[in-house]
Amino acid sequence: MTDARLPDAFLTPGTSSFSDFLASVSPDLLPSRRVLPPGDAAALAPHGTTIVAATFPGGVVIAGDRRATMGNVIAQRDIEKVFPADEYSAVGIAGTAGLAVEMVRLFQTELEHYEKIEGTTLSMDGKANRLSALIRNNLGMAMQGLAVVPLFAGYDLSQEIGRIFSYDVTGGRYEETAFHSVGSGSVFARGALKKLYRDDLDQGGTVTAVVQALYDAADDDSATGGPDLFRRIFPIVSVITAEGHTRLGQDEVAAVADAVVASRMQRPDGPSAPLT
Amino acid sequence: MSMPFYVSPEQLMKDRADFARKGIARGRSVAVVRYTDGLLFVSENPSAALHKVSELYDRIAFAAVGRYNEFENLRIAGVRLADMRGYSYDRRDVTGRGLANAYAQTLGTIFSSGGEKPYEIEIFVAEVGDGAADDQVFRLTFDGQVVEEKDHAVMGGAADSVTSYLRERYRLGLSRDEALRLAVAALGHNDSADRTIPPEDLEVAVLDRTRTQERKFKRLLPAVLRDVLGQGPGDMPGDAPGATPGESPSGPEPTAPAAPARTDPSVSPGEEPPVAP
Repeated sequence: MTDARLPDAFLTPGTSSFSDFLASVSPDLLPSRRVLPPGDAAALAPHGTTIVAATFPGGVVIAGDRRATMGNVIAQRDIEKVFPADEYSAVGIAGTAGLAVEMVRLFQTELEHYEKIEGTTLSMDGKANRLSALIRNNLGMAMQGLAVVPLFAGYDLSQEIGRIFSYDVTGGRYEETAFHSVGSGSVFARGALKKLYRDDLDQGGTVTAVVQALYDAADDDSATGGPDLFRRIFPIVSVITAEGHTRLGQDEVAAVADAVVASRMQRPDGPSAPLT
Repeated sequence: MSMPFYVSPEQLMKDRADFARKGIARGRSVAVVRYTDGLLFVSENPSAALHKVSELYDRIAFAAVGRYNEFENLRIAGVRLADMRGYSYDRRDVTGRGLANAYAQTLGTIFSSGGEKPYEIEIFVAEVGDGAADDQVFRLTFDGQVVEEKDHAVMGGAADSVTSYLRERYRLGLSRDEALRLAVAALGHNDSADRTIPPEDLEVAVLDRTRTQERKFKRLLPAVLRDVLGQGPGDMPGDAPGATPGESPSGPEPTAPAAPARTDPSVSPGEEPPVAP
């Protein structure tokens, strides 16, 4: 871009949506406009795996492991898959890492752009729907193996609760109650959470439950990384409350993860839930 | 039979400049004041919905006076430019200088083109840096001139009297609240009589480098303003710098009219000419 006069498209009144603006001015920057040669491209790029989210009274916790895989190879040990979307929401990504990160950047810009132009933030449902539209535009690439499946969590300022949304590759948007997980380890994480989750857990309890679930996902899914005690690489955990989005410090997460690992030394399958 | 009149280029530009200046002079002023943790923007704006000060990007804010539709158009263009650049390069690559340049080119082209009427606006593009020395404030005029400002700057209808008030009383190392009181007093300053602007009629925002978020722009809500400014006319903000003894603001400077005026804050804001927000 040059520093000359602003092009007319910039000065034309119209959309508050950044992706719509991009589509009219510079469509080549949109990830969805890329044309792939036919064939399956799934093996070309690293994949992210397990994302877990759970609500608690006053907010929501979203967390992700740190492993990216390419086939049977660990492509990266400390990848980040949970990103703040705006001040009151975060998005975790499973699927093709490169496309997902790009989509998150677009989504972040989309929310911020709307906020600046309109002088007000989108509603929680509005944000969830915008993400839905971005995923829908990616359907062509998803069918060639480059799927992106995010998990969206945030604090709804009007309802004053934490909310979780999951998506399918067609952009279908589903609101989840209490907890949810996406990615290859999600079945194991969800099974763990099903036993550990209580709706009266506080923030600390919810963080522990989520880290336990990620441990179980890593235990049974080869593509999900457990806490790396030797390299001190721990899950990314974000907490969103009425005060906004906070990513827990590495020390805080390390303390929880160390406690979880220590208890697994006594009992490798994790804490037991009562039978009745 | 009619003869086309010859108008010299000098006269043409002068006429356009006079036209733009007249439009800007009708509006109320916006002041930007540097304080220890960032930049403070204060304007008199009774509307809570139509903003004169707003966020352009992480560390960059926009403030404007004059015709609302014209500066709003430029504001949106700036947001689009900033977001597009940040998305296609990186957030760090969006700079106040880049935006000020784009605005300057746009305003300059509009001003000197025969086809369009000149914009009746003035703009601040301000960027807060990691330290006070890195703060940048650009003031852009209707004809595309760019002036880099230090410490404090004012544009709009009463810019001259507000600027002189600020120049006499500004000192380095103001806290946010001190800067706010000073700026509000300056905006209420007038050659004939000072007035107290009620907090409800103020639009105040900061670029605060100490904010933990990447986005440093923050509006100050009326409740905060009431806390800082107080209610009664006895809290005349002009007295604030007096807190540091030996630095009396109303020293033996040639500002005699200001002193008696302060005892007579009787001019109500309603007597101001109606203006764009």
